[in-house]
Amino acid sequence: MRRSRPGKDQSIILIYTITLQALRRPVENVKKVIIMRESAAKIDVDVDGSVFRLNASGEWRARYLGSIDAQLRHFSDESMGYDLIIDVTDVEQMDTAGAMVIQRTFLSCEQRSGGSKIIGASDLHAALLAQVMPHLDPCAIEREHPNAFLMMLNRLGRGTVNAYYAALEILSFIGFTLSKAFYVFSQPQRLRMKSIVHHMEEAGLDAVPIVGLMSFLIGAVVAFMGAKILSQFNAEIFSVELVGLAVLREFGVLLAAILIAGRSGSAYTAQIGSMKIREEIDAMETLGIDPMEVLVLPRVIALVIVLPVLAFMAAMLGLIGGGLVTWLTMDISPALFLSRTKEMIELNNFWVGIIKAPFFAFVIAVIGCFQGMQVEGSAESLGKHTTLSVVQALFLVIVIDAFFAMFFLEIDF
Amino acid sequence: MTLGGQTAENMIEVRGLKTQFDDVVIHENLDLDVRKGEIIGVVGGSGSGKSVLMRAIIGLKRPSAGVVKIFGEDYYRANEAERRAIEQRWGVLFQGGALFSSMTVAQNVMAPINEHLHLPKLLTEDIAALKISMSGLSADAGDKFPSELSGGMNKRAGIARALALDPEIVFLDEPTAGLDPIGASNFDELIVNLKESLGLTVFMVTHDLDTLHAACDRVAVLAEKRVIVCGPIEDVRNADHPWIREYFSGPRGRAAYASTVADKTGSG
Repeated sequence: MRRSRPGKDQSIILIYTITLQALRRPVENVKKVIIMRESAAKIDVDVDGSVFRLNASGEWRARYLGSIDAQLRHFSDESMGYDLIIDVTDVEQMDTAGAMVIQRTFLSCEQRSGGSKIIGASDLHAALLAQVMPHLDPCAIEREHPNAFLMMLNRLGRGTVNAYYAALEILSFIGFTLSKAFYVFSQPQRLRMKSIVHHMEEAGLDAVPIVGLMSFLIGAVVAFMGAKILSQFNAEIFSVELVGLAVLREFGVLLAAILIAGRSGSAYTAQIGSMKIREEIDAMETLGIDPMEVLVLPRVIALVIVLPVLAFMAAMLGLIGGGLVTWLTMDISPALFLSRTKEMIELNNFWVGIIKAPFFAFVIAVIGCFQGMQVEGSAESLGKHTTLSVVQALFLVIVIDAFFAMFFLEIDF
Repeated sequence: MTLGGQTAENMIEVRGLKTQFDDVVIHENLDLDVRKGEIIGVVGGSGSGKSVLMRAIIGLKRPSAGVVKIFGEDYYRANEAERRAIEQRWGVLFQGGALFSSMTVAQNVMAPINEHLHLPKLLTEDIAALKISMSGLSADAGDKFPSELSGGMNKRAGIARALALDPEIVFLDEPTAGLDPIGASNFDELIVNLKESLGLTVFMVTHDLDTLHAACDRVAVLAEKRVIVCGPIEDVRNADHPWIREYFSGPRGRAAYASTVADKTGSG
């Protein structure tokens, strides 16, 4: 084993030694590193008459080829008009990448002149060289992209068409779900009660803490903002109405729906999507088990039952949050808050909120399941559809909410 | 690198290995040596822990007792840099190929090269093309995504990726399962060739009796939570254990044996 030798490598060795000592590693490792530093793939060129001689030496392994690869690519030009002889006698180690590079260089010249050859290969290296020989053709790495502008136009057009078909497909899926639901309700023994209850627990009960906390905080924030602004008009007391109306009509149910879309809608897509990837859905169909009945309906039914409950809870906790803030900041006692709420807020405000919940739930669950069914093949597709599921569900929840707002305005409810 | 100059050095040493999932013990007191330059086939019934043994060796399943040494180092006790050095010296083929689904086949093969070697782009692409071709895929498979390939082609692409860094040892989990018989025997040939020209060591989990006969230098039989026999296939065939007898003397075992005997007498 060689010790460190004086010369230009000394500083490098010093750095290695210091670093390695700092890491408190044994001395043998230092030697190992030095040996690796010294070995590399080397080439010497020797032009003699009509012979272009290339002496290869050192370690022709993938990790050391980077520095000579570009040079080797030029040899087919440089050796123009010569016979190329590659001498590999001094090559200590060779792997398939090294053999490939040698063969590639050799072949690029060999096509022109018959006198080219590779000499001096040991049995082992000759075997390697022979082994890579049939495998030198380049292969496609990735598909060609047309220019960026065309791609953009292409995407725009594709996106528009896809949006149209996606809307049709969602509508058709909704119809399919509804017809299945009627069919199953006409034969109640086909209802998967166990599965429904399981999903009610997962999407409903398990979401109680987060939905409750969020709506409590939103109620408090609304009350706080109201108190701040209304106090300029000496009308703090109206923040009771503000909290009551906002929370009962909109915030309670919207918050619950948004959280559930993010929490359960995405989970539905991921669950059904990964089942699709693992061909479980195909397996079900061949076994005569209807995935709509087993996977989609229980989720839809569970969410339709559970979201109104969550919305109710959210509304109540929103009121509590608002009441707490008005009590602490404006000395409106809970009793006064309650009696004023009772007096000023009509019950129909509450119904306006709650009535929307099953619609939101239906949309969230159907979109979640629909996107799950659209997943194909790869993990990337699963991610894409999970994102789409949440985005579309939120979008539709807001759109439906807007429609309801206009509707209730028109009928003066 | 033959620093010490030993000829039969052990690439892998497993001593007193115990692995378990919660209360279920998979291996207990398991010993196994894998020597440099050999192809070892690990066989055993379903659920005997073949794949778990492989995962314990490649650092994916921490043993609850015992030592696993690879290249003379304990992976589970190594620091980050040492681990990365070890990882560059092995290649792993998982059962389903485990290709990265967001990359094309060629990009999959280039991934470890780009991560560890930082070579010029053209050279990296050449190496990828070489490995893809060596694994038996055609050149036009390079720009396909894994989801566009059949199971067998995925496996070949997985082999190409496992060989990307010219590893000293390759771990193959059921490499020939899912390949057609022609593909499977081509694969046996590929492995033997690589072993001979590169001095590759191969750790193979397999059910394929033909592969055992055609490619493996030694066979390790997993049963009763440990390696009950390990040796050349002729020795293992004659070992006295009910599972081994059933395995090698069943109709498939006899057929595979008959065909290798016929090959040997036929070729010389």
